[in-house]
Amino acid sequence: MISGWLVAALSTFYLAVLFAVARFGDARADAGKSIISANVYALSLAVYCTSWTFFGSVGRATSGGLSFLTIYIGPTLMLMCVGVILKMIRISKVYRITSIADFIASRYGKSQLLAGLVTVIAVIGVVPYIALQLKAVAASLNVLFQQSDHALLPWWLDSTLLIAAVLALFTILFGTRHLDATERHEGMVAAVAFESVVKLVAFIAVGLFVTYGMFGGLSDIFQRATESPELARLLQLDSSRAGTWTAMILLSGLAIIFLPRQFQIIVVENVDESHLKRAVWLFPLYLLLINVFVLPLALGGLLHFNGQGFNPDTFVLTLPLARGAESLALLAFIGGLSAATGMVIVETIALSTMVCNDLVMPFLLRSTWLKTEKQQDLSGLLIGIRRVAIVLILLLGYIYFRAAGEAYALVGIGLISFAAVAQFAPAMFGGMYWKQGTRAGAVSGLLAGFGIWLYTLLLPSFAKSGWIGSGFVEQGLFGIGLLKAQALFGLSGLDEISHCLWWSLFANIGCYVAVSLNSKPDAVEASQAERFVDIFRHAGRDADARLWRGNASVEALVGLLERFLGPLRARQQLAIYAQGRGAVDWHSLPADADFVHFAESELAGAIGSASARVMVASVAQEEDLGLDEVLDILDEATQVRAYSKELEVKQQALEVATAELRGANERLRELDSMKDDFISTVTHELRTPLTSIRALSEMLHEDPEMDLSDRKRFLGIIVNEAERLTRLINQILDMAKLESGRAEWTTSEVDVGNLVREAIDSLGQLFREKGVALESEIPATGPIVLADRDRLTQVMINLLSNAVKFVPGGSGRVHVRVGSDQKSVRVVVSDNGPGLTAEECNVIFEKFRQGGNTMTDKPQGTGLGLPISRQIVEFFGGNLWVESQPGAGAAFIFTVPLPAPEA
Amino acid sequence: MTKKILIVDDEPNIVISLEFLMKKEGFEIAVASDGEEALAKVASFNPDLILLDVMMPKKSGFEVCEALRADPARAGLLIVMLTAKGRDTEVAKGLAIGADAYVTKPFSTKDLAVKVKSMLGVN
Repeated sequence: MISGWLVAALSTFYLAVLFAVARFGDARADAGKSIISANVYALSLAVYCTSWTFFGSVGRATSGGLSFLTIYIGPTLMLMCVGVILKMIRISKVYRITSIADFIASRYGKSQLLAGLVTVIAVIGVVPYIALQLKAVAASLNVLFQQSDHALLPWWLDSTLLIAAVLALFTILFGTRHLDATERHEGMVAAVAFESVVKLVAFIAVGLFVTYGMFGGLSDIFQRATESPELARLLQLDSSRAGTWTAMILLSGLAIIFLPRQFQIIVVENVDESHLKRAVWLFPLYLLLINVFVLPLALGGLLHFNGQGFNPDTFVLTLPLARGAESLALLAFIGGLSAATGMVIVETIALSTMVCNDLVMPFLLRSTWLKTEKQQDLSGLLIGIRRVAIVLILLLGYIYFRAAGEAYALVGIGLISFAAVAQFAPAMFGGMYWKQGTRAGAVSGLLAGFGIWLYTLLLPSFAKSGWIGSGFVEQGLFGIGLLKAQALFGLSGLDEISHCLWWSLFANIGCYVAVSLNSKPDAVEASQAERFVDIFRHAGRDADARLWRGNASVEALVGLLERFLGPLRARQQLAIYAQGRGAVDWHSLPADADFVHFAESELAGAIGSASARVMVASVAQEEDLGLDEVLDILDEATQVRAYSKELEVKQQALEVATAELRGANERLRELDSMKDDFISTVTHELRTPLTSIRALSEMLHEDPEMDLSDRKRFLGIIVNEAERLTRLINQILDMAKLESGRAEWTTSEVDVGNLVREAIDSLGQLFREKGVALESEIPATGPIVLADRDRLTQVMINLLSNAVKFVPGGSGRVHVRVGSDQKSVRVVVSDNGPGLTAEECNVIFEKFRQGGNTMTDKPQGTGLGLPISRQIVEFFGGNLWVESQPGAGAAFIFTVPLPAPEA
Repeated sequence: MTKKILIVDDEPNIVISLEFLMKKEGFEIAVASDGEEALAKVASFNPDLILLDVMMPKKSGFEVCEALRADPARAGLLIVMLTAKGRDTEVAKGLAIGADAYVTKPFSTKDLAVKVKSMLGVN
């Protein structure tokens, strides 16, 4: 037995806890230790899940099966557009945006008209949604009290009205506790995150109870559901409803950012852009968890209460009660209450800010009353207006609940609000990405979309409640069939929500684009368009400051700040600003464009950008900048940006060039040192024969008495060394010519077989003298290549004389083979000499590096033969290499490409 | 007592000329054609002075010089480096690792003979 007093006490206790959480959050924020972490931010987004989710999803699932999921797929998809949301957050931070109305108004030239229009649409659109929360709490109370004999309330007091009053009081305590109107509500965000946890826990608890306590688990429920043809239908995807699904996904995707409370939480209350990254996966995960048991609950309820006429929207409560689980039912009630309070608090705070800044303030600012009270601190007035707005909004919700609430299931009401705020999408997205969008376009788009929403969705909902005549729905306005409210221009076959969404967005986007293209923005609009669209490129406030020209006094501006922010907060902000500009005290600051900009953005944080603009203009003599002038300045800013971008690019290019130069220098240094080594080596090679020549000739010269045999021996050495010197000098010159590309080449058709035979003949004497056998395997004619005959002969002679040099006398054998394939001629000179190590195979092609370092006797030759030969072969496009292993002889191989066959 | 000179060079013709030159001056001569052989000959022949080429197979003249200078028993051995690489850095390196003199190739036979004799205290 649940007593009314127990429910009342529990609710009061819950609200007290909530309040404590909020106080704690605020206290921590004041102390500079924010408790808003990425997780808290992500959880606070779950304010999206209202009592509509808590109770209504189950209700919707009992009639529409899986289609309730669309409401959660849309937000998940939308959150993936991190870039879009990030841009929205950045713009809002930079320009101190306080609400979605402020955002749109600020973008289109700080227009009071637009701000007011958006506010009106938001209030009218969202009131049904607030009514929905009242309805949900009232319905859940009714369910609890049906079980109870106690009459908690006197007959004349309506429990729903009481709930509205309590919520209003609570919201006032919550959102407008502070006298300063500009701060974020960190306490509120913390409380909302807390509520998200409560409702998730409550819902899952009921889900587990029903699934495992009342039934035999998930498979049991689904098993039993498929046995009933009625229920089995709910489990199937109905392809004929694909259009509805698309509309729902689009609608809910837009709602997740454009519902005033969602914009408040996602954009305005965001403390750190990086939190968004966590929310992108944590929030969809939350949605998944809270939806896991929706279908089991719906099916369980239908199975359990088969045909007893229980309202499916209250299954979450009635199922536990049916089993007497009263404490679980109370937990579910608290869960529903938390879902409702979270939504109502944030929504009414967001709406009251909009009403205050964008409807009441513009009116007050014009009235004479405010002018007579010029010296008064108005921050208290602002709070007062907001509190009244909160009460009025909840009152409106209550009135709607009374008037139309009974006609709709919970989900139906929520979707009406979704469709209303979807009208903000063209103006918002267009404003963020399309500079040509104008105020006139935004106003006409919003009016068209809102008008159609009103005609096709809101008024029919009134008509269904019997509040107004339903003729325009059934026969069309004035009896014209084309104007039937829910089959406009003959578009029938859609459900009412899709029908409204497609027509309203069509009209909205159409008017926005068409009117924008045909209207000219004024100066403020053009500059705001530039700033919003290029928000990430506007580094500082340079352009902002230069877009203001006129005279102002510091005292007047500070006076404004004190009036709207309160003296204390105004002084704080001034001190911070002065510090930022490097001044000790704000008194010494000039009333320049930058100061005016500072004052205006501070004011915008309190009363919205449109009103702030009006207030600043009222105390300063401003020069009106023409559109052309503004565009010039912005263009200049663009040019400066382009210029600095260019500079950046150039600097990068310069860095690259510097790196390249450094590399080139390094290579030059290397080459230089190689050249140095080369010269040193050449010097050594030249000096060595010279040393013998000089020493021996000096001794011959000084000693005429020398023995004839010695004399002869020495002269022989001198002749040999002189020859060696000549050879060396010739080869060095040859090498230098080849390397510098100044060698002369006479290219002709050369018969390689013939050439090799001639080379062998010319060296025949040398081989015979050393007793080395020379075998050859050469075709009778050809192959023919295009090359320099003398140079190729030089290569061949070099290879042959190297071979004979290194093979042992007497037993040495050298084998020459000439062959060819389709592409090239291949000449192999192999020997049975000592062979080469793998390292030596490379080294011997370097200059002055001779093989045979391990031999005791110094090898003959200059150490230039092979490098020269390789240069020659490579000149003709061939290769020269050696294949060898120590002890197994060596095979020197070169190839020369055959001439391409005539095409 | 005749002084003993070890000639180390891998160029046979240079060895021939040095050997002839030094014999004519009345020294006792031994020759080696690479670094390792040089160290072995120092041990067996026990020379007073060594004419040491730098660029040689197996062990360079620098390495031979370092090895000899590391041996305290050979403290009195005079070392004359011979090199065909005339760069200042090579001269400095040779002297730094303990050579007593440094002669670049091609050298004047007369000057070399005078230098060797004075180093050995012979006239």
